[in-house]
Amino acid sequence: MSTDTPAPASAPPDRYVAVQQSDEFVGLRKALRGFVFPMTAAFFLWYALYVILSAYARDFMGTKLVGNINVALVFGLLQFVSTFLIAWLYSRFAASKLDPTADRIRAELEGAAGSHDPAGTVTPDDEAQPKDKEVTS
Amino acid sequence: MSEAINGVVLAAEAGSSTARTLTITLFLVFVAVTLGITVWASRQTKTATDFYAGGRSFSGFQNGMAIGGDYMSAASFLGIAGIIALYGYDGFLYSIGFLVAWLVALLLVAELLRNSGRYTMADVLAFRMRQRPVRTAAAVSTITVSIFYLLAQMVGAGALVALLLGIRPGTTFLGMDADAAKIATIIMVGALMIIYVTVGGMKGTTYVQIVKAFLLMAGALVMTILVLAHYKFNLSTLLGDAANASGKGSAFLEPGLRYGVEVAGDATQTFYNKVDLLSLGIALVLGTAGLPHILIRFYTVPTARAARKSVLWAIGIIGTFYLFTLALGFGAAALVGREAIVAQDKAGNTAAPQLAEALGIDFFGGDVGGAALLAIIAAVAFATILAVVAGLTLASSSSLAHDFYANVVKGGQASERQEVNVARISALVIGAISIVLSIFAQNLNVAFLVALAFAVAASGNLPAILYSLFWKRFNTSGAVWAIYGGLISAVGLVFFSPVVSGSATAMFPDHDWHWFPLSNPGIISIPVGFLCGWIGTLVSKETDADKYAELEVRALTGAGAH
Repeated sequence: MSTDTPAPASAPPDRYVAVQQSDEFVGLRKALRGFVFPMTAAFFLWYALYVILSAYARDFMGTKLVGNINVALVFGLLQFVSTFLIAWLYSRFAASKLDPTADRIRAELEGAAGSHDPAGTVTPDDEAQPKDKEVTS
Repeated sequence: MSEAINGVVLAAEAGSSTARTLTITLFLVFVAVTLGITVWASRQTKTATDFYAGGRSFSGFQNGMAIGGDYMSAASFLGIAGIIALYGYDGFLYSIGFLVAWLVALLLVAELLRNSGRYTMADVLAFRMRQRPVRTAAAVSTITVSIFYLLAQMVGAGALVALLLGIRPGTTFLGMDADAAKIATIIMVGALMIIYVTVGGMKGTTYVQIVKAFLLMAGALVMTILVLAHYKFNLSTLLGDAANASGKGSAFLEPGLRYGVEVAGDATQTFYNKVDLLSLGIALVLGTAGLPHILIRFYTVPTARAARKSVLWAIGIIGTFYLFTLALGFGAAALVGREAIVAQDKAGNTAAPQLAEALGIDFFGGDVGGAALLAIIAAVAFATILAVVAGLTLASSSSLAHDFYANVVKGGQASERQEVNVARISALVIGAISIVLSIFAQNLNVAFLVALAFAVAASGNLPAILYSLFWKRFNTSGAVWAIYGGLISAVGLVFFSPVVSGSATAMFPDHDWHWFPLSNPGIISIPVGFLCGWIGTLVSKETDADKYAELEVRALTGAGAH
């Protein structure tokens, strides 16, 4: 911590490599990518379907369902619903599956690096900035 | 029908001086309050973190509101309501792209960026790269995107003020004719945004955006309720009335009047129009997570979890707002009518304020009520413009100071004080340049610049950000290729497109050098940006597995986060 490396670091670089290859971190990465990549593909295709139907399936989009409410309007509103739903699903998933692991790894890393932040959850801004004059360790 | 239109127009004439006084008063109150906040914020701004990131002290909800305030520009408030009012359903396509885009930010960008960066987008891009080339590219892209967006907002502000204050060609206000009033507005908007940013930094700008978001949501909510109340909360009746009033019948409620237009007997043009619609759709959904002024907002909260919360709030606020614009647009089509809207502004930008006037007359006792509601919504529109331009100025001056000055010119050796001073000077210079460019561009059709900003963000910035965060092999050459490849292809294609020359609605309608058939470059330039990033990476041997390990661990866990 008392070195003057250009990028601020709370642990020496080889520690990061070790953590990156640890089972716990590999599991965290897998959990994150396993959720966000398929979900991104899903909402992108769902949105693309909507745009493509708007361009090429106008008769279908113009079909009236109730009164003046047609498929196009309902399809558009469903994009709102799916966006809200995915946001909610992700926040639930992240809170239960990602945050605890991330916190554990972070606490280990910062503990090992001799962090002066015992809680290990909040990092004050001035910590680990290159301009820091003193860092208690 | 025509009687109703005449009624509204006449009322507008009679009430215009009351409305004008009230609009100016409310606007001055907003300016006074926000300047007060700015001065207060300046006292709290001591370090570089305070200036660039508001001390990272905002809560998820506050930042969510500020994101809404930064994102819901006049283009989305007045523009989308206007497009719906004139072209019906197609305006809704815009809203949906603008909203769904937030999932890219939520799932792939916000938290990882918050954990690994510090003040600017380039902090993440340059994390494991050679600083100079990557930060230079990022600064070029940031400033290009921000200036495009700024120009569209400021030119729009100039045109709007003349309309909202009722200064028509041939009439004067405080001795100014319409053109002089436009220039005066551009200078005033520019001066205010410079003050917000140089004096208040990120803290001041954030509070301005929060106040604006609150005003905009409140104004849009009241109008939505009044529109729905007028139709006894029967959406189908509102839609039917709007369709009838539009003269287009049920086609008004379907896609195709504005985007992807089918031209009878011209299969080629029809084909291009439809591809153009797809191109616009892709740029809208991928652009948001690459807009620098949006990205820097994630640094204003203390943790990645707070960044996640702020995006969740933003999605809720922005989504709700776009639902309101649906009611406003169709309400304006039904209650104001196409003829009266086009008489004020051909692009429909005054549809929302005109609707406010009609609703005020309807619900709050005649002309005075109409003038009052018009004045409130007009003042909200000004507040909207100010908050957005301040965010853009801050993003570009941060990048100029932190990326270009501190890390390229000074090689990372600048002191905090020097850096912040340069950021303030940059805001002044960028603001001044924007004012001058806007005055030159004031009579040009520059509305396409918003879509272009999204296209550049999606083509250059987004590939660089995603590769940086998720691709181990990615390197300096890849980042530089992605940014310049995406930027140049998007801007280049638009330069040779019908929005710049060769069509009646072009920026330069009297010239024709266009050969690219689409108005929106995204469908070509976004794949080009991703491809450039990939090829650029492979042609260079550089790779730093250790540094990627550090980036990845920090991004995913928050270890060592600023």
